Amino acid sequence: MSKGRNNAMRRRPGFRPDIWLQRHLQVALASLGRLTNTPLGTLMTAAVIGIALALPIGLHVLLNNLQNVSGGWESGASISLFLKQEISDKQATALSKKLRLHQRIESIQVIPKASAMAEFRRLSGFGDALEALDSNPLPALLVILPKSDYSTPETAQLLVRELGLLPEADIVQLDLQWVRRLQAITEIAQRAVLVLATLLGLAVLLIIGNTIRLEIQNRHAEIEITKLIGATNGFIRRPFLYTGLWYGLFGGIIAWLLVAISILLISGPVAQLAMLYQSAFDLSSLDITTTLLLLTGSAGLGLLGSWIAVGRHLSAIEPS
Amino acid sequence: MIHFDNVSKRYPGGHTGLAGVSFRIEPGEMVFLTGHSGAGKSTLLKLIGLLERSSGGQVHVNDRNLTRLKNSQIPYHRREVGMIFQDHRLLNDRTVFDNVALPLVVSGMGYKETSRRVHAALDKVGLLNKEKAAPITLSGGEQQRVGIARAVVSKPPLVLADEPTGNLDPKLSQEIMELFGWFNQVGVTLLIATHDLELISRMDKRILTLSNGQLVQDTWETQ
Repeated sequence: MSKGRNNAMRRRPGFRPDIWLQRHLQVALASLGRLTNTPLGTLMTAAVIGIALALPIGLHVLLNNLQNVSGGWESGASISLFLKQEISDKQATALSKKLRLHQRIESIQVIPKASAMAEFRRLSGFGDALEALDSNPLPALLVILPKSDYSTPETAQLLVRELGLLPEADIVQLDLQWVRRLQAITEIAQRAVLVLATLLGLAVLLIIGNTIRLEIQNRHAEIEITKLIGATNGFIRRPFLYTGLWYGLFGGIIAWLLVAISILLISGPVAQLAMLYQSAFDLSSLDITTTLLLLTGSAGLGLLGSWIAVGRHLSAIEPS
Repeated sequence: MIHFDNVSKRYPGGHTGLAGVSFRIEPGEMVFLTGHSGAGKSTLLKLIGLLERSSGGQVHVNDRNLTRLKNSQIPYHRREVGMIFQDHRLLNDRTVFDNVALPLVVSGMGYKETSRRVHAALDKVGLLNKEKAAPITLSGGEQQRVGIARAVVSKPPLVLADEPTGNLDPKLSQEIMELFGWFNQVGVTLLIATHDLELISRMDKRILTLSNGQLVQDTWETQ
């Protein structure tokens, strides 16, 4: 027995990295060639994978854009300090000069009672009603922009509390509520995209697994003959794994194209919308990191899908 | 080279392939295996190539106990046993060259050495000019010779043939047998299953006869 095993070991060819690499390259190219022999079938399978991947990736990119926008809003948040009714414009200017020295404040804009009234008249549509008043009921307002280090919601809140303690202060407002709500919604959407991505990733695994299963069935005779001749399971597995890898990679490329084209299509209207809001917002497309992640991820899914299929179906084929 | 010790093979369902077969084939022998159809010739060959495992007894091939060989070792065992089939079992979507090269590719041989050996094997079977042809375009006799080239290209010490002349006319059969005779002269051990009694009677070699899964005659012992 031990003699027999030694014999087997001795006859086993030594490992040669150059030949190993050459074989892998050969198998990779051969399976690629096999796929290009049936371009339509390959394209259709890859397209299904591409569409399945494009959906979560596209949503991911859109959410990223939304976050960029709302992030800008948040950091630009200013604090509205409404002064008490009896504080005059003069006193307000004096206060603003004092506050300008505050280490957390970047700039202060004073809105005197008169201009507050003018703005209200213009925007509210209550112009005629205001005519009836004999005095201006509006307070002076200081619009305070915190320094960038203090512009996060938490630190800005501290500043709000501090300003509220001023004797001249009536109401201090940091209007971030709606930005926060938007963020909460975005987070939910992100979670949903993650769930969607997982489900569709699973679908891609199944698509590739099934494609490879059919491929194994088609090449049943070939597998049997190669096994007869002394091929190891690893040798037989290799071309199928590469086929899965290629399918995944092609699917990833198609997904990338779909997302890039979709973003290109909506970037025009988005720019128009941004212009209406006087914002220079530019819809960002897939960056390099996302692209690399998409391609390696899809290729990895392809490899995994074929691995599962090959593991299940290859061992069932034995020569007779 | 081959040692069967009280080997039996029963199939699920109760059919008996082999029942208590014992014999020994020494290195360098050329032996014919004969018997009626269903006598167990193919079963016996399958046990040697480990296409099937015996249900009882011990099979030794090339000093290796096949009964105890792990499944993961089977490919390495098969590389030392060249197998030839009645239906050739060639890959029809590949050229003759690629078919013959397959055993060398499988064992990880470099391209240059592979090419040299494939050409030598094709030259030996007289098909050097057909290396780029598809097997399907060749005649039955030529396809069988491709199968033979593939079986010997890795220079295995043992070659098994299951009805290699089953579909060939007498002249072609004779040519194939002469080819086997030549391989035997250079030291290859051959075990050839055939029911063509007329052909093997002319070869003057050892003959094992199976009947209903039992070894009923061994010309070596009767001589």
